[in-house]
Amino acid sequence: MKGIKDKYGAESMALLKHGSPGSHLEHLFKAYGSDTIAEPAYAQCRGPRETGFGLTFGAWVGSPEPTDIRDTKCLVLIGSHIGENMHNTQVQEMSDAIDNNATIITVDPRYSTAASKSKYWLPIKPSTDMALLLSWMHVLIYEDIYDKAYVEQYGFGFDELKEHVRSYTPEWAYGITTIKPEEIRKTARVMAAAAPSVIVHPGRHVVWYGDDSQRSRAIAILNGLLGAWGRRGGFYFKEKIKIPTYPHPPFPQPKWGWEELGEKYPFAEMGITNEIVQASIPKKDQKYPIKAWFIAGTNLLNTIPQHKIIEKAIDSVEFIVVVDTMPMEITGYADVVLPECTYLERYDGIRSATNREPSIALRMPAAEPRFESKPAWWIAKQLGERLGLHDYFNYKDFKEVIAWQLKQLGTSLEEMEKVGVKKFKRKSGPLFLKEGQPYEFATNSGKIEFYSTELEEKGFDPMPIYTPHNEPDQGFYRLNYGRSPMHTFSRTVNNPNLNDLMDENKLWVNSKVARIEDLKNNQEVWLENQDGIISSFPIKVRVTERIRWDSVYMYHGFGHSNKKLSRAHGKGASDTQLITKVTIDPLMGGTGMRGNFVKILTENPHKKEIVS
Amino acid sequence: MQQEEIFISGRNIPHIDPTLEIWHWPISLYLFLGGLGAGLLFFAAIITVLGKEEDYPTTVKYATIIPPIALSLGLLALVYDLTHPLYTWQLYTTIRLESPMSWGAWVLLVTTPLSFLWVFSYYSELFPKWKLKFNFLNNFEKLLKKNRKNMAYALIPLSIILGIYTGILLSAFNARPLWNNAILGPLFLTSGLSTGAATILLLAKTTKERHLFSKIDLLLIIIELGLIIHMIMSMAAGSEVQLEAMQLLIGGEFTLMFFGFVVILGLIVPAILEFTEIIGYKVPVAVPAILILIGGLVLRFVMVEAGQITRYLY
Amino acid sequence: MRYAMVIDTLKCVGCSDCVVACQTENSVPVGYCRDWVTESVSGTYPTLELELKSERCNHCDNAPCVRCCPTGASHIVKGGIVLVIGDECIGCGACIESCPYDARYQHPDGYVDKCTFCHHRLEKGQLPACVSVCPTKCMYFGDLDDPNSEVSKLLKRRKHKTLAPEAGTKPNVYYLI
Ligand code: SF4
Ligand code: SF4
Repeated sequence: MKGIKDKYGAESMALLKHGSPGSHLEHLFKAYGSDTIAEPAYAQCRGPRETGFGLTFGAWVGSPEPTDIRDTKCLVLIGSHIGENMHNTQVQEMSDAIDNNATIITVDPRYSTAASKSKYWLPIKPSTDMALLLSWMHVLIYEDIYDKAYVEQYGFGFDELKEHVRSYTPEWAYGITTIKPEEIRKTARVMAAAAPSVIVHPGRHVVWYGDDSQRSRAIAILNGLLGAWGRRGGFYFKEKIKIPTYPHPPFPQPKWGWEELGEKYPFAEMGITNEIVQASIPKKDQKYPIKAWFIAGTNLLNTIPQHKIIEKAIDSVEFIVVVDTMPMEITGYADVVLPECTYLERYDGIRSATNREPSIALRMPAAEPRFESKPAWWIAKQLGERLGLHDYFNYKDFKEVIAWQLKQLGTSLEEMEKVGVKKFKRKSGPLFLKEGQPYEFATNSGKIEFYSTELEEKGFDPMPIYTPHNEPDQGFYRLNYGRSPMHTFSRTVNNPNLNDLMDENKLWVNSKVARIEDLKNNQEVWLENQDGIISSFPIKVRVTERIRWDSVYMYHGFGHSNKKLSRAHGKGASDTQLITKVTIDPLMGGTGMRGNFVKILTENPHKKEIVS
Repeated sequence: MQQEEIFISGRNIPHIDPTLEIWHWPISLYLFLGGLGAGLLFFAAIITVLGKEEDYPTTVKYATIIPPIALSLGLLALVYDLTHPLYTWQLYTTIRLESPMSWGAWVLLVTTPLSFLWVFSYYSELFPKWKLKFNFLNNFEKLLKKNRKNMAYALIPLSIILGIYTGILLSAFNARPLWNNAILGPLFLTSGLSTGAATILLLAKTTKERHLFSKIDLLLIIIELGLIIHMIMSMAAGSEVQLEAMQLLIGGEFTLMFFGFVVILGLIVPAILEFTEIIGYKVPVAVPAILILIGGLVLRFVMVEAGQITRYLY
Repeated sequence: MRYAMVIDTLKCVGCSDCVVACQTENSVPVGYCRDWVTESVSGTYPTLELELKSERCNHCDNAPCVRCCPTGASHIVKGGIVLVIGDECIGCGACIESCPYDARYQHPDGYVDKCTFCHHRLEKGQLPACVSVCPTKCMYFGDLDDPNSEVSKLLKRRKHKTLAPEAGTKPNVYYLI
């Protein structure tokens, strides 16, 4: 790290991170002088929705989502598979909503778990969601069932929107989405009847087709029309406790960082991992060259699409450090692996969650670290000391930092060790808007922007429009992927207990497709995508009615190629490997990944290669 | 219409999934040997009670060497298939009438020694060359000889219970639709008697004894065929799970074994051969006898294996 | 007292947390399980139905496994819980053959093992491990003899079923549908 700093400047060392180790290393990086930091959770996951909601309501959705699912009367999920996506509070609250007889509407080409719990399941043709959203707006506005008082008081640009969606009738959308006009009307009316206790859910993994920020805008606009933002059963005003910063000298000012790397994307608000990857491949007259990677808690190869580019970048950078709890694909590329202990074996930063009531939670070890693994705070501090940054790590044990912070917050380590979680009173005002209460949204106009002035300024469509996306050629199927409720991304497949629950993913294939392709349940097949990339490992077929005939589906995170993952190696196929085509979101740089198509091969293509 | 019924928590328990494989060949063998032993003891006892020992020496004497061996081997096979065999003694700490396994174990505990005693009562006739060395053994043999009729009286019910038990052990399981029918007990009893008769046929030296047992066997075969037809018909009229169970036998992976080895080679062909021999043609009796024995063994294997595939759920 | 478990299939998402909770709580060897989750799909796209449910020993009132056990290792204790005493079990497998739910298995140590409704936790006044971890809170546990218990009330109020009732075992695990 010293060498990189001397030779190229600290900025050329990038930090790519996810989860808890991230904050410790971020501290190290800022002290070291680099702000070249990104996490795949942004541009490969939920970034677009933050942009979409930010542009509309002047506020991020953030995590956990401030959705009042518990008390909603109507929950609308657009391709969001809560229940398979096990974000705990969301799952818990959806269960409460079911108990409370809430109406759930799910839009998904796959009969997801959530769809099975829904009163209305709209089996949409993949990639056409925008048309449905626009026609819903049309129905709400032209049937005059939107929240008039709310829109009048808080909305900006309603008239423009009304004009904009005039032609987006359900009949128009039917031709695109294959959802019957009556269904579109009926569901819009159901939402309106429940409003404002309705949530058109922002979703989580929303990098699909490249117009994702705009689609998230459409979702935000719908919520605006329904008056759901700041209303019970809609979205609440979240609040969190600010954890005081342990004293340290001011950070040096880097010359450039993630913002400059993402300057093409005016609405990027966090580092874009794939831009960092791109900038690691040397080009002529490069302004922001990246020379080394520090990777923590993210298995980049199963996270970032377009393996060819990553591999080129890996070959180009001078040095790679990986901090992880287990051997992953990425650890195989590291020059140095710093083994991290698991979350049950370490102190971590105090968790402060945004929620209805602000709360803090202590994260403390339940067991001693095994082998040579160390907590991330220790790794960061040791590196800091050796880089001459002692003043930024002015403690022996991170416990001291936590104790100091807790004291500032009016509690103590002793108390927190007993209670674990502590709630605080809200200070930012009530959870919901009172009727007629004046409220200023943090947008240009101070209002909910149906018509986005910011987008207009930057030369983008100020209101979302429908653009058709690529469709599979003959013999190809759209590759859809999602999460298995048993696993966390690609990171837990080797855990013995979880591996016992699910050790491989399967390729969901509609029974009609199975008939055409002559496939049987549990038959092993290989996949070849539109760019000729073939899955390294076979995947077993699951013939099921739960999937549309124009797409196939698999759980994300399988098909590991690192042999050290003894249980996970070679089990199932990797969706990431087959995602070689991405459509970049021009607003914030997200990588749309749902535009990849695969052909099903029943003969082992790798065998042939060896023979010829 | 049910399309899919799957475990999603990856359940794949050894010997349980995808189909039960808890009882293996030792159990089939055990059931076969138990039936065979029961059959032989039954005939020996009946002939003795009727006082016809002189006419049918094979039945009461030579063939009875088999039951003690068969029953002991059967018990060994049973213990071999236990997964916690060191605790086998726990079987004899209690009697549970509701548990066929329990009373079967007790019946075997009484019958097996009795079968040894029976053979011992014929010791000097069976093994004239090896004289008993001790006096008390000679006295014991004499004592047994005197009580042979009493032993026979005890063995008649015991052997019938044992024969039925080999079937009831399976048919008591409501959970396995193929097993769960009232016919399995009588069927296995008949089959056990039939294998016993076939063994006597195989060993008999006089035409008289051979003829009698040919006739008995023929009768038993006809009864057994009747029972099999009855069993299939009643399953055909049963619930969905029973229909599926029946399918395994008449149109599934066990059809060849069941119809080929049990019904045709194990019953119909021997019946024809025995009939031919009874009406006076010369037939090597060993052929039908051996076919019957093989058929009896295959019947146990098919029933034990196929039964474990049949189920209510999943 | 009559213990029963009531499971709301409308809420279960099939995450299998209940399975891992049981495996850890009861030191069930990896590769085995005392509870499991099933998925049944019926219909044709797009008219479909899906049922997810967590299954286990039904602690039947009319328990064939107890009846067929030759040693008494399988027995019923207070509250109707069916238990196995490992040291009395000879591993004959009769109980496994007798269970229509395939809820029992041979422990690698030889004896037969199965769900105990977390008997050891109940004695401490705790809920079974699976019930206590379910993120959807779709499982309820209590006493059917008490008309005011949550399980009694749920069964009174909601449509429910048991598994394979035709097997005649009188199960005590109920599914809300
Ligand atoms: S933990 Fe709850 S939601 Fe998850 S599978 Fe088990 S019963 Fe279903
Ligand atoms: S395996 Fe054990 S518990 Fe089961 S019936 Fe046999 S002795 Fe009883």
